[in-house]
This record gives sequence, C-alpha cells and structure tokens, in this order.
Amino acid sequence: MTMQIGIDLGSRTIKTVALKGGSMLSRTVVESGFEPHHQALKLLARHPKARVVATGYGRHLMQQHAELDVITEIKAHALGARHLFPECRTILDVGGQDCKVIQLNASGRIMSFQMNDKCAAGTGRFLEMMAVTLGFGLEAFGQAAAKAEVETSINSMCAVFAESEVISLKNRGVPPEEIARSVHLAVASRLSAMVAKIGCDDHLVFTGGVANSPIMAQLLERALGVPLLVPADPSIIGALGAALHAKTKYA
Amino acid sequence: MSGDFQVKSDPELWEKLGMDVPRFSGMPTMLTNAYKCMFLAQRGRPAAMAYFDGMIENIHTGRIEEILAVKESGKPVIGTFCVYVPEELIVAAGGVCIGLCGGAQGSIADAEKILPRNICPMVKSAFGFKIGKICPYFQTVDLVYGETTCDAKKKTWELLDRYVPTHVMEIPQMKRERDKKLWMEEVKDFKTAVDKISGIETDFHAVAAAIETINAKRAALQRLNSLRHHTPSPISGKDMLLIEQIAFYDEPVRYAKMVHELCDELAQRVRDGIAVAPASTPRILVSGTPMALPNWKMHHIIESSGAIVVNEESCIGTRYYKDLIDEGSVSVDQQLERLTERYMKIDCSCFTPNDERIDQVLKEYGDSGAEGIIDYCLQFCHTYNIEAVKLREACESRGIPFMSIETDYSPDDAGQLQTRVEAFIEQIRG
Repeated sequence: MTMQIGIDLGSRTIKTVALKGGSMLSRTVVESGFEPHHQALKLLARHPKARVVATGYGRHLMQQHAELDVITEIKAHALGARHLFPECRTILDVGGQDCKVIQLNASGRIMSFQMNDKCAAGTGRFLEMMAVTLGFGLEAFGQAAAKAEVETSINSMCAVFAESEVISLKNRGVPPEEIARSVHLAVASRLSAMVAKIGCDDHLVFTGGVANSPIMAQLLERALGVPLLVPADPSIIGALGAALHAKTKYA
Repeated sequence: MSGDFQVKSDPELWEKLGMDVPRFSGMPTMLTNAYKCMFLAQRGRPAAMAYFDGMIENIHTGRIEEILAVKESGKPVIGTFCVYVPEELIVAAGGVCIGLCGGAQGSIADAEKILPRNICPMVKSAFGFKIGKICPYFQTVDLVYGETTCDAKKKTWELLDRYVPTHVMEIPQMKRERDKKLWMEEVKDFKTAVDKISGIETDFHAVAAAIETINAKRAALQRLNSLRHHTPSPISGKDMLLIEQIAFYDEPVRYAKMVHELCDELAQRVRDGIAVAPASTPRILVSGTPMALPNWKMHHIIESSGAIVVNEESCIGTRYYKDLIDEGSVSVDQQLERLTERYMKIDCSCFTPNDERIDQVLKEYGDSGAEGIIDYCLQFCHTYNIEAVKLREACESRGIPFMSIETDYSPDDAGQLQTRVEAFIEQIRG
C-alpha cells in the first residue's frame, strides 16, 4: 500500500503528515531554517516511495527540487479541517506570516476566502514580536495574558506602531500581564473582523500555529460569539490536507 | 527573435531633453530584460505582436523623436493622466496626446522626498518621474492637463506645476444636468488652452476629423477585445494589456491600422483553432484601477499561475474604448456637446452613484467568457476600494467567483499574491 505525505513549508516551520490506508502514521514539525528545501528533502528522504504533495510558502521551491504536486495553503487547510470536522463551513488559519479565512459550501467546496494584505497584523509573527518587546517567551506570553485581570486597549494594529505603543505602556508602569492581554485582544479583534467580512453563523475551525494558544482561542471565541473548534494538533492541518490531496490524486 | 530584442538608447537625445542621463541610462537594459522574461518568453504569440514589440524598443528613442518633430512644427504636445481628458481636441490641433508614465516602482523614492508616502503609487510614480527627470515623455510635453478625479492627483497637480506647467480640468463627481453644463465649460476651456499653443483655433472640420480618428482607434480596440474573448483565447492577457498601454503614446492612425492587422491574424487563428492556452485554462476578468506602463505585475502573476486574463475592465482597458463619439454634429458647439456626452459615459468610481459600472463589469464578464473576477485596486485608491464592496455583493449573489486585491508596484507581496491567485484558480476549478 502506498504512503502519502503532505508537507507544509511555512514561514517558521515545516510540517509533515504521513498517511497510509487512511490513518495517520506520523507527523513532524521542524524549524524552517535558512534553506527550507534542504530540511524538507531530509524529511522526505525517509520515505522515498511515498506520494508527496507540498503546500505553504515553500511549495514552488520544493517543486524545483523534488517530484511532487503542489496545492495552496488555502485548499490544504480546507481539506485538513474538513477531514477532522466534516460539517465545518468556516476555517480560520493563523500562521507565522499570514492569516486566512476560508468559507466552504455544504459539500466542502471553497466558496471564498480572505487573506491579510502585506501586513503582519494578526499573525503569529506579530505576537512573537510583541512577546519579545515584553521579554516573554511565546508560551509565557499567552500565560501572562490569561492571568491579567484588567484589560488595556491597544489601538495600533501595525506591527511597527504597536511596538511603540507597547513600549509606551511599559513605561507608564502598566503590568506586563495586562499589556500581554491587550496585545492578544487586539489580534482577536482583528481576526474576528476578518471572519465577519466572510460571515460565520455556525462554528469556526481554528487552525495554524497560533491556534496552539488557549488564550487566543478563548478571546477569539468571545469576540466572534460562535463556538470555536480547535484540532488537537492545529499546526499540522495544512500538511494533513496536502497528504489527503495526495491520497485522492493518486488513488 | 527574443535574442535581437533591445530597448534602444540615445543619450544625446536624452541630454537634449534635460534628463538625468547617467541615472536613466540603466533603464533600457532593465526594461529589455523584464520584457524578454515577461513577454517574449510567452509561447505562441501572434506574429503581428512584432509591431508592438517595436514600440517598446523605441519607447525612449524613436517615438520621442516623432513627437519632437510634431512639437517643433508648433503643434501642441500634451501630457495627461486620465481618460477623462479629451484627446480628440489635441489631435484636432494637429498635436500629440500622451498618457504619461506612472507605473514603475523606481521613481517612487524620488516622489516620497516631497509627497506623503501613504498615497496612490501611480500618483507618486508619475510625480517621481518628473522630479527625477527620468521620463522622456514628461520632458517633451508643453504642458500637463490634470483633472480632479481623486484627492491625491488634485493636490499633487499644485506641486507638479512647479516643474511643468500643469492645468487642471474639473471633473464633476455626479452626472446630473447641471454637472454636464460644468463639464462642457471645462471642455471648452481645454480646447482654448490647446489651441493657444499652436495659435490656431481648430475649426469644425478639424474637430470632425479628430473625432473620426480617435473613434477609429477605439473601434479597433473594441474589435481586438471581442476577438480576444474567443475561447480558447488567441492572444494572452499580458499582450492585450501591453497593446492597451501602447494606445496611450502611439500615433493613433498608425496604431489603429496595426491593431487591425493583429485582429486579422487573430480572426484567422480563431478559424484555425490556434490558441495561446488550452480551452480548459481558467479565464479571469480583471477589473478596477489602471495599470500604467510598465505595470504588468498582476497579469504576470495570474498568467504564471496557470490562468489567462480575458478582459481588462480598467481605464487602461475597456473604460478607454467602450464608447465612441456620435459623428453626426453640424457645429463645433454640437461636437463639444456630443464629446462631453461620450466622456460622461466613462464609469470611474470617482462618481456617485456609479452603479452603471457594476452592470458594465457584469456585462463584460458575460461577453468575455470569464470564470472569475479579480478586482485590482491600487493601494490608497479609496473610491475603487470601497466600490469593490458592491461589486463583491453583485458577484456573490450571482455565484461569480470574486476576489479583490489591493497592492502597489513593489515586488515584496508577490509571494502572497501568488498564493491568493493560485487559491482563486483552485476555487474556480473546484
């Protein structure tokens, strides 16, 4: 029986999912590094006979170095999310450098999608930058936000201006937990506005690296007012979708 | 053929025009390379594209010399930035109308020394070309005739006037009877300003001949666009965009003749079943803001992602040639009125309300056999950006795949745009 591998070359990490006979054999998440295709080729070398489909920003780079098909992250996340939540109609994927909302019809076909323009607001990268400004690690940043009792608002969603805003809050003596909370809130409100543009009245599947943050999911659910479903391993949904595509493509 | 293509240089001519020659001298090589990679590398181009390739080779030399010859004979050479400025009246005076450069990233840094950064890239690019002295056309014009179609342009003209005489035509923002009256007055002022350069008042016969000339040019483009709508397409979207861009600086009679020659070839291609892409290639209509030369970014991304552009609902596109002027006038006043009426049909988003544009986009969608619409909006173009809301609603209610893109001339969002375009193509393919 052939194995299918989905590989998602994201801005920060490379994810792979291997499927055989419809069940997941393995998954990996590694740093992209400077030459992501070297990392990716190393991961793929373990299974030389597998059918491979690549997605993510590095998909075309991979195509130059290996025999494989490509699909966009949008299609990959739609396929992956739909596999885990067969009824879902709206998906929010927030990765390292962009965020997207995908709308499906009842049979799972992509009807429309929204993606952020060239701007880091509302992405994992934005949260990372703000964590660094406050001297937190990424996980501790989320935990601090969860602990805050008071909410301060951050107005700027431009990563550059938000940084100055955070620094001025810091220098006014606002506790770091409170600032961490406000940064998360600002991202949640940005993302929920993007979801509202497409519309979501049932439930939302939240995928991508940022969905690993429980506080982000909690604030987002509050802002949206609809139930949020987060997969157990939200980082690999794109890779899963690519692997599923390999399965249908080569069946 | 691609090996021989070379955008020509003429430092002596550029020196005479007061250009920044050391800086500009790298431009022909850059343009040559970009053109080879984006245009000449395409497969199955029509043979009649050779003329338009030649127009690019001569863009900084041969065509400039032709325009200078007209200027030296005392005829007006006028630069414009908008399809609302009536070129018929310039042609009637024996002059040349040039749609000026404003489609390159390279001149934006010049502009940002003076202008705010957060305004439209087309306005910044154009202004930068003048103050950087890196556009031979800008150096050749007697004057620039601007208009009031957006805030960025309107206020930039005040500053541009310091470098080149800049007149402004007031374009109303509604289309009522009283607006038409104002517009007519503006058209008359424009005619006076043009005639003043040559010192001769153009008469009925000159205006009639000019209307015929420009009508013929627009009709040639209409014919070309309708041939191009054939499935599978006999010509690429990039080549079409290029031809539509060249319409803004070529000599109109020769241009129309060459467009018809291309049309004859395309008609033969349609009969023979020759196409530039298979019939199964997803067909995209691009709507929205203009793409001034050499802005080929969006078309290049779309056509490199496996789709084909089959229509430009744009100022550099159908908005420029969809309407003709009635030729049945018996007096100059009537000519000017018919001319104004034709120009009032242009459905720019600077007007309110502007619902006829939504209908026009939907009509072109049907005519072109498109399967999806990408609405292209230059960054900070508020009117098109906001109008995209209505356009999206109209498309969604009809089940037409629609995507809006806001971008500028810089290459830094190419990766993101490619992902969005590819996902849109996946959406169309289902």
